[in-house]
Amino acid sequence: MVDVASTGMNHRPATGSQRSAWAKLSTSSGWLGFWYMVPAAGILILFLAYPLFLGVWMSFTDTRIGRPGEFVGLENYEWLQDDTVFWLSVFNTLLYTVVASGAKFVIGLYLALLMNHHLPFRSLIRALVLIPFIVPTVLSAIAFWWIFDSQYSIISWSLMKMGLITENINFLGDPNLARACVIFANIWRGVPFIAITLLAGLQTVSPSLYEAATLDGATRWQLFRYVTYPLLTPIIAIVMTFSVLFTFTDFQLIWAMTRGGPVNSTHLMATLSYQRAILSGHLGEGAAIATAMIPFLLAAIMFSWFGLQQRKWQHGGSND
Amino acid sequence: MTDLTRRSLVKGGATLGAAAALTGSGLGDWAKAWAQAAPFKAEPKAQLNLMRWKRFVEAEDVQFMKLVAAFEQATGAKITVTNESYDDLQPKASVVANTGQGLDMVWGLYSLPHLFPQKCLDVTDVATYLGKAHGGWAASAEKYGKSGNKWICVPIATTGALINYRISSMEKAGFKEFPKDTAGMLELCKALKKNNTPAGFALGHASGDANGWLHWNLWAFGGNLVDANDKVVINSPETAKALEYCKQLYETFIPGTASWNDSSNNKAFVSGDLHCTNNGISIYVAAKKDRPDIAADMNHAYMPVGPVGKPTELHLSFPILTFNFTKYPNACKAFIAFMLDAANYNPWITAAQGYLSHFLGEYDSNPVWTADPKTTPYRDVSKRTLTPAGLGTLGEKAAAAVADFIVVDMFANYVTGREDLKGAMAGAERQAKRIYR
Repeated sequence: MVDVASTGMNHRPATGSQRSAWAKLSTSSGWLGFWYMVPAAGILILFLAYPLFLGVWMSFTDTRIGRPGEFVGLENYEWLQDDTVFWLSVFNTLLYTVVASGAKFVIGLYLALLMNHHLPFRSLIRALVLIPFIVPTVLSAIAFWWIFDSQYSIISWSLMKMGLITENINFLGDPNLARACVIFANIWRGVPFIAITLLAGLQTVSPSLYEAATLDGATRWQLFRYVTYPLLTPIIAIVMTFSVLFTFTDFQLIWAMTRGGPVNSTHLMATLSYQRAILSGHLGEGAAIATAMIPFLLAAIMFSWFGLQQRKWQHGGSND
Repeated sequence: MTDLTRRSLVKGGATLGAAAALTGSGLGDWAKAWAQAAPFKAEPKAQLNLMRWKRFVEAEDVQFMKLVAAFEQATGAKITVTNESYDDLQPKASVVANTGQGLDMVWGLYSLPHLFPQKCLDVTDVATYLGKAHGGWAASAEKYGKSGNKWICVPIATTGALINYRISSMEKAGFKEFPKDTAGMLELCKALKKNNTPAGFALGHASGDANGWLHWNLWAFGGNLVDANDKVVINSPETAKALEYCKQLYETFIPGTASWNDSSNNKAFVSGDLHCTNNGISIYVAAKKDRPDIAADMNHAYMPVGPVGKPTELHLSFPILTFNFTKYPNACKAFIAFMLDAANYNPWITAAQGYLSHFLGEYDSNPVWTADPKTTPYRDVSKRTLTPAGLGTLGEKAAAAVADFIVVDMFANYVTGREDLKGAMAGAERQAKRIYR
């Protein structure tokens, strides 16, 4: 770059000072780069930043459907503060996220390790594992809704035919069972994403490291703990960040299976926000519930980012 | 279907003229004549987008589309009809109201138009015209239709939420007819449970069924969400009695009702597992087709009367609203008048087999209400129904309270044991105060 510029100067020494501002700009790589970025930035601002700020702004107003609202300060939040349904939804969301993400991680890692071995029909098994991830969420949710139906559950039916139980299991009618059911459905759906991503990470681990560790007399557990796990942490950090975000903001699965019921025991913050904002028309309050999710989400991101990614070499330093 | 419809029309007598026109040269020509004579003239080449609730009775939908086609032919308008399930209709309508585009008319549930009255076209002229022409509106129609002094929607029909019961199971439980008071109903439900032929009423977020019977339960014992001045009065001894009654009833139910949506009881009844519930006539219509044995062994009854001593039913009404941002307001008005005209409305409610009950006095004489005595209770539901607002004003606040399931959740919280009596009432009171502030 410097060479080109200097040769140009040599050939036409007079033009340097006479170049118009436009000519300068049109050859400036910084300016050009800015223009290349504009479309992407525009899309991000239009579809991400603007709705986000609009939502946050709306949470400080009393906007209702079909009518612009007025600024009411923190009123929506003050109301939420002693709203038992809201706090129940916060509890449900945390429970849902922690249990489902934890289980997805453990099962996903296990599956990834399993698939990394030389199994027969390995590629077929890998393809099969992906199925729950490919099926549209609403379809799988409806399938689970049927599986857990209070009267026509295939599980209750089979157990009854086997003579193990005498009456239908009240899957979605009992608060704790309903929570377990939606968490189960979420795990079923989320495991493939984690398993396949971790598998990709596992395959980047050089076999020579295992050989070296084995020569040093490492046990299988030590191989995992001191070779596989440290090398996998960057991938784990990313995959768990995504997993926590997806789980925390889940909507479709709950809405299709329980609509937050029974007695709000599976209402997540996302579904409650929808119910308040769109169904009963209080856009301001719904926006406040949605905005209240942001601190939780930021905390989750911070945790996975800094908690799991603390090794110096990942930040450009040397490993010691 | 059409032949049957025409024949029953002639039998109806009230619409002989129109029927003669129909049998003569078909609906199309009659519709053209109607379009020329009607006080509402559709704009030339009007294009309307209409969203309606998804049918529960197929023949009703078929007849509705015939009516739409006849209107299109007569006026040159084009109506695009989309169908959405009960639960999806309201969010979609709300989004359209907020963005101001996408639909011209919504044929929805309950108090939907009152969620955004300032977005609804004033249809006072159509409502007044229809009331005069067809024997007057039922009292509930004015409550549903009016916001202040103007009509913001036209109530097209109601679907009754009445007791559906199996005759043999009731008799086996020791009752000759369905109990007329709440105490009798509790006795019946206890006996039904003992005989392993249980009752079951939805306690989940079922817009139609759960709202219907739980408001009935609340009102039957004198409880109310708000009083006539829209002051929140849910935390009361009457509400406590209603909750206690509901808990006793709930203990006799088939398991799982806390998770039920609007279709759960239909499924369970038609498959023979459920012996008493509240519903529109759709269970009976479905049973006639798929389970004639159950259809023969079932009947309908009014909801029993509670200690307040008068009926306290809440039925599911279907008002049609026109958005005020439509480009074709006159075509919309013309279409509403066309739907409710005798020559269209009579065959339509005949096809609905009792699922749609009229708000206009003239249609009492439609033969659908007497041809099969099992449909007769559904004839008067528009006259009997209260509105979801109860004693209060039907408006944005009442619509929001229904949409947020305040009453349903209060009952469900208490009867499932999640909250005690005071907690359940206090929770509902707080939520209601939030809306009625």
